[in-house]
Amino acid sequence: MGELIFIGLGLYDENDVSLNGLDIAKECDILYTEFYTAKLTGTTLDKIQNLIDKKIKVLSREEMEKGDIIIDAAKQSRVGVLVAGDPMTATTHLSLRLRGKQNGINTRLVHGASIITAAPALAGLHIYKFGRTASLPFPKEKYFPTSPYDMVKKNLENELHTLILLDIDEQAQKFMRANSGLRLLLDMEDERREGVITKDTLVCVLGGVGSKNPVIRADYLNELLEEEFGEGLHCLIIPAKLHFMEAEALFEFAGAPREILDEV
Amino acid sequence: MGRKEDNIKKAQVLMSQIDLIRNIGIAAHIDHGKTTLSDNLIAGAGMKSEELAGKQLLLDYDEQEQARGITINAANASMVHKYGGKEYLINLIDTPGHVDFGGDVTRAMRAVDGCIVVVCAVEGVMPQTETVVRQSLKEKVKPILFINKVDRLINELKVTPEQMQQRFVKIITEVNNLIKKMVPEEFKDEWIVKVEDGSVAFGSAYYNWAISHPYMQSTEINFNDIYNYCKDKDQKTLAKKVPIHEVLLDMTIRHMPSPIVAQKYRIPHIWHGDGESEIGKAMATCSSKGPVSLMVTKIIMDPHAGEIAVGRLFSGRLERGQELKVVGMPKKNRVQQVAMSVGADRITVDHLDAGNIAAVSGLKDAIAGSTATSDEGMEAFERIVHYSEPVVTVAIEAKHMKDLPKLVEILRTVAKADPSIQVEINQETGEHLLSGMGELHLEITQYRIIHEHGIDIVSSEPIVVYRECIERPGGPFEGKSPNKHNRFYLEAEPLDPEVLKAIQSGEISGAGGKIKDSKALARQLQDMGMSKLESKGVKLIHNTNMFIDVTKGIQYLHETIELCIQAFQEAMDRGPLANEKCMGLKVRLVDAKLHEDSIHRGPAQVIPAVRSAIYGAMCVGERLLLEPKQTVFINAPQDLMGNATREMQQRRAVIEDIKQEEDLAIIVSKAPVAEMFGFASAIRSATAGRALWTTEHAGYEKVPRELQPDVVREIRLRKGLKPEPYDTKYYEA
Repeated sequence: MGELIFIGLGLYDENDVSLNGLDIAKECDILYTEFYTAKLTGTTLDKIQNLIDKKIKVLSREEMEKGDIIIDAAKQSRVGVLVAGDPMTATTHLSLRLRGKQNGINTRLVHGASIITAAPALAGLHIYKFGRTASLPFPKEKYFPTSPYDMVKKNLENELHTLILLDIDEQAQKFMRANSGLRLLLDMEDERREGVITKDTLVCVLGGVGSKNPVIRADYLNELLEEEFGEGLHCLIIPAKLHFMEAEALFEFAGAPREILDEV
Repeated sequence: MGRKEDNIKKAQVLMSQIDLIRNIGIAAHIDHGKTTLSDNLIAGAGMKSEELAGKQLLLDYDEQEQARGITINAANASMVHKYGGKEYLINLIDTPGHVDFGGDVTRAMRAVDGCIVVVCAVEGVMPQTETVVRQSLKEKVKPILFINKVDRLINELKVTPEQMQQRFVKIITEVNNLIKKMVPEEFKDEWIVKVEDGSVAFGSAYYNWAISHPYMQSTEINFNDIYNYCKDKDQKTLAKKVPIHEVLLDMTIRHMPSPIVAQKYRIPHIWHGDGESEIGKAMATCSSKGPVSLMVTKIIMDPHAGEIAVGRLFSGRLERGQELKVVGMPKKNRVQQVAMSVGADRITVDHLDAGNIAAVSGLKDAIAGSTATSDEGMEAFERIVHYSEPVVTVAIEAKHMKDLPKLVEILRTVAKADPSIQVEINQETGEHLLSGMGELHLEITQYRIIHEHGIDIVSSEPIVVYRECIERPGGPFEGKSPNKHNRFYLEAEPLDPEVLKAIQSGEISGAGGKIKDSKALARQLQDMGMSKLESKGVKLIHNTNMFIDVTKGIQYLHETIELCIQAFQEAMDRGPLANEKCMGLKVRLVDAKLHEDSIHRGPAQVIPAVRSAIYGAMCVGERLLLEPKQTVFINAPQDLMGNATREMQQRRAVIEDIKQEEDLAIIVSKAPVAEMFGFASAIRSATAGRALWTTEHAGYEKVPRELQPDVVREIRLRKGLKPEPYDTKYYEA
């Protein structure tokens, strides 16, 4: 009887996988992975394969979404799907797990560290005070959604912070940089003109989360537009009303302007 | 100075006297004698030698036209004629009669104010007679009638004088019935053609004579005299006594409006801009002082001058060096040369005044149907609607690879000059697909590419263009995005025939592009019986298919609706059966379930989901393949009727009517275009060349149920697809 196991690889390099995850990966008959939902920027496929001492097949987006390869394999064998971050944060994996269950295949999860908790942690913001997570897609012809703007707006109305994840273009091997993300938010403001995000909005940028030297910066949007945030993946946080401890953390850890301490 | 040169000089003076100008067209069913008539008018007016008139067709100056004995281009010519002591300038446009070139006729009508409808006395009113009368009235162009080939009636059919008159009465009544059906309300009495007022003439264009009521009175020649002259084979005397150009040009001047009269009522009809604006007023009064407004009706390729735009100058004065804007294009074009046309010659002039037909070089952006103007804010003319969906395609390639870039360029020019030609690139094979109105249309176009543009091409056998539709409503069908986190629910059904017809005829605004005024469209659709909810939800009309969003308050849907529309367009361009275009479908988006996060509902997710749902709904509604049909009219002697009908029956044709007139049988049948290839030579050998035949487009109809699977398989294999179309199971996944 086969088995389908989703193994979280954590945030940055091959060493972020849990010991449990590593053992289980070694015991799998077949290992698959994909790099379009997220990517470990601090490592390579070779390094991961060396660590596990097994070949890993990289699936394209289409193969992953169709899922037939994985489901068919898991009917007989123990199949591991290696996922950056914590499994189930990306949509495709849930539909795969459901299909596994519907095909009578036993499924398991092995957790890993995720940007969803790591970003607030690094910035020193209270995880309890986060609202819906938003993501910014690369604008395409006929597709420039402004719903991220709505989410920020609604979160702010409820005094909740917004974590904003940035798109990955697998084919072009492009990760959206924080600078373009900020500019996109200003474009949405231009279109909507509701004063939610302006050049004076306090924002927080995180880069290379999970690495030894992550970038953590908080400042007014205008100040960050031209700043460099390193090679790794970036994400943004739009903080709402700050608790005094949060303000202090942004000042100490993220170089936020001193005056935010007076506003709490 | 020869008479021709003298007349050209006169024409240049007359063109500024608007009340002395007449812009007319000549239109008829194929072979009723338009071009012979035009030539004789031009010759008679002193624009070419009288001896050759009628024998050498001047206006059919294209080599192909002369070889085939038909007119392909709408050619134009200006001439001078004296009437009532004054000289007039007559700008004439001859139009093609072959049904494959119907688009040219529609556009020519825009340029003229009056039209001589030619009807053959032997054949009588034919289907295309009806078409041209309708086309002219639709443009508020006044018709007058010329009954041609009277000599054949007398000498070949050997009718008695009484029978001859009865025939005339019958033709006049039928033409008037056509006019009454479609005449603009304000002209309902005035535009009826009558023998007594001279708006009807009879004659023989070939033998160069004609007679009208005013001429019967002045020359005292009556029907009996005509009958006798013809019988005695002395039509030469007739041509001396009542020369055709005198009679018909007099009739033209008397019964056709001058531009100044015509533009007053035609402009509000064909142009929907502000009538109180400067350009609006200039056009309504045909003023040369106002801004330039030129409606381009035709592009001619000239080996020396390049592309020449021919059209009606409704206002302003055209001059070389002018900067004109083609509406809808970003940059201005500079006018290089302004000319008047005399048969195959173009006479360059310094300037041309409002009310004339102009030939202009330098308007690079213009295509047949464009508006060129000096007023940048000008609204374009009402789109010239000629509903012509191409029915036949050939794949062409450059014989030598090095010619490929040149071929691409040439094809662009070809499509500009003839909007009823469609050019597409087959992405898989890199071939160019040239689609047109019929076998002849494509043959001529290919001939031009080879001989006029000097490039060798290899082409496939002609292939029929099919359409896809469905039998009955299908859906709602659920389409899932590849990541399975978005679901779209769509329904498909055949569009109401009345609505379909309105889209095809161009009555429905917004067809074929962005919907400008959705409220007006909704009102229009409600008048045709569509529900309020549906009519308000129309997002796009693509070709003849409609996409409607009837959902309410679905979060984030507004962000993805453009993607849904794109998926709809893609699905309509490539139907689920055989990747042929869909026709007459109504697609409704009834529900959608979307993922919270915008990255998870981008184009790569939404487009496949919506497309699957549309295809799935079509499967449920039972997919149909539609094929183009033609109505075929065959005139054959009685004893060959059997051969002719047999020939049709072998081609899956349905015989709709058989009429008998004297010893002639007229067989009307409807046949699939797919079976009509090679018909010309087949019918010739079946009837020893004694049958005359013409065709009319008869729209698309279902491929017979028992044939559909085979035809579908054949198309799919030709396109490199797997032989069987997908089923609902496939679209559900």
